[in-house]
Amino acid sequence: MTPLGISRFTITSALGNGLDPHADALRRERSGLVERLFETSHIPCWIGEVEGLDAPLSPALSEWECRNNRLADLGLRQDGFLDAALAAKDRYGATRIGVFMGTSTSGVQQTELAYRVRDRASNSLPDWFDLRRTQNTFSVADFVRLRLGLSGVTSAISTACSSSAKVFASAHRAIRSGLCDAAIVGGVDSLCLTTLYGFNALQLVSPDICRPADAERRGLSLGEAAGFALLESDHGGSEFLLEGYGESSDAHHMSAPDPEGRGALAAMQQALERGNTTPRGVDYLNLHGTGTPANDSAEDKAVTALFGTTTPCSSTKGWTGHTLGAAGILEAVVGLLCLRDGFLPRSLNTRVKDPALLGNILMESVAQPVRRVLSNSFGFGGNNCSLLLGRRA
Amino acid sequence: MFVEAVGIAASGLPDWLSAATVLRGDTAYAACALAPYQPQMLSPNERRRVMPAVRQAFRVAEEAVAQTTHRAADLATVFASSEADLEILHRISSALSEPSRVVSPTDFHNSVHNAAAGYWTIAVGARRASVTLCAYDCGFSAALMEASTLLLDEEAVLAVVYDVPPPIPMLEKRPIAVAASVALVLARRRGPTALAQLELESPRPGARETVMEGRCLEELRQGNPALRALPLLSAIARRQRSTIYLESAGDTTTGIHVSPLS
Repeated sequence: MTPLGISRFTITSALGNGLDPHADALRRERSGLVERLFETSHIPCWIGEVEGLDAPLSPALSEWECRNNRLADLGLRQDGFLDAALAAKDRYGATRIGVFMGTSTSGVQQTELAYRVRDRASNSLPDWFDLRRTQNTFSVADFVRLRLGLSGVTSAISTACSSSAKVFASAHRAIRSGLCDAAIVGGVDSLCLTTLYGFNALQLVSPDICRPADAERRGLSLGEAAGFALLESDHGGSEFLLEGYGESSDAHHMSAPDPEGRGALAAMQQALERGNTTPRGVDYLNLHGTGTPANDSAEDKAVTALFGTTTPCSSTKGWTGHTLGAAGILEAVVGLLCLRDGFLPRSLNTRVKDPALLGNILMESVAQPVRRVLSNSFGFGGNNCSLLLGRRA
Repeated sequence: MFVEAVGIAASGLPDWLSAATVLRGDTAYAACALAPYQPQMLSPNERRRVMPAVRQAFRVAEEAVAQTTHRAADLATVFASSEADLEILHRISSALSEPSRVVSPTDFHNSVHNAAAGYWTIAVGARRASVTLCAYDCGFSAALMEASTLLLDEEAVLAVVYDVPPPIPMLEKRPIAVAASVALVLARRRGPTALAQLELESPRPGARETVMEGRCLEELRQGNPALRALPLLSAIARRQRSTIYLESAGDTTTGIHVSPLS
């Protein structure tokens, strides 16, 4: 496929606001996960919480007030992204830039708060609860569109934990078809009781810190993140490129991966084919690597079937936790930092690699030139997406 | 792109054949609650358990695919819903407001916006790309745009839009009065069952969205985000060359040029 230029990108997570604290934390092996109770939660676990999300939105945006949109707003203001997006609007026109945002739970925390204070006698929710501008899945996409003053094709992609990887594929297609000339892609998901208690009910939350690929891994740690990228047709000016994408469905189970990893394999194969490259052309795989026994095992089967046992790979969820609908953009940006800095992060918190996993899981970080990275994101419903990211040769 | 088949389920419009006669004006519209539906493609076990929103999606997806020569497993999919399943979110939010906070694991995995797509891909064995999106009231136009671009990668796409009424107390905040869903099978090349050819413009400000003639059908169009499809379905049913404008995000509309095929 024709690559797209990734002309600007940014990320905000428990590691900090913007690219610099992320690059620094990866180098220094500083995890953003903390053993702490989120909000009124009683579930003892480690979480990747973003600091400073209590500050309200500007008064003009007060109708959109919720943790998720506050996180989106904070994320947009890092690394000069807002200015780059506004400059792109001047170049292309407001209707010619698409907005594709991934999220799984949008502003559902607002619903949790509203239910806590609902009038039980009349069974009614408080006046301040604005379903459309907070809880609704489209809220964060519409908020970002409004915040940037855009009016082109706008969509919230919500395929659970692959959401903000799939936005790259949708944006590539939209630009190719002429629906828009450039796109703001990204993902925002914020901590809430719904996901904490929900994943806990599925027995997927680890009481210990997330240890991807560890022999004694016990599950995931939840995190939150907001990340954005500006995609434009590549006219030779972009150092970083979207070179391929692959999308597939497991057709297996709602909340468990196909144990043979066939859907994951198909997504990775497609991404390589679109990128006109082979497994040997990929220097590093950023794994979905949630740290649950089932995910890491199924993903390893898919990875080794395609790449063998030598291509370096790791999950970075030991740093950030699983940020669900924001995981795709977070880990795409980690991949872009690997390309930028010539650095491969190790599998943080992994003490003893599970001997059943055959992939080359990095137990130590590596400094080396990086030309291409593949990033995996898999979601409930068996929805898979792989992104092939490259640095101009 | 080519429309190969249509599925619809709404009050008074229980399937495409009967809906087409109403939309052509051959039969007067009469509201009539939908009869309960058992998805045929789900296993008997899941058929009993599956949520109303997923049932509503399956109903039109099954109807549309059955009219084509495609195997359901070969179709890429686009699912769009404004609210997916607020009944589940209501149960989870209610549980979280109690001291015991007991969330059902099944409720949680069914609460994802792509639950209907997940059940569909599992039921029919579809392993191709599947996009689930949300655009509040503009989900149908967003789904058409996504499907049209997905046809750059795929031969044929099943697009499904659906919403069901929320439970009290959410109904007051999101007054979707009736359950409704629409499915289209769309193809890159003209196939044996093609009904119409569509050409999409990109969204832009200026043009007003197309509304339905007649108060009942216009109320229906406004009563459920999935029924924003009615003006396009009318043009297909009437076999009229026309341009339909669908509301899109940010006070824009998307023009769709409809060319009937016989």
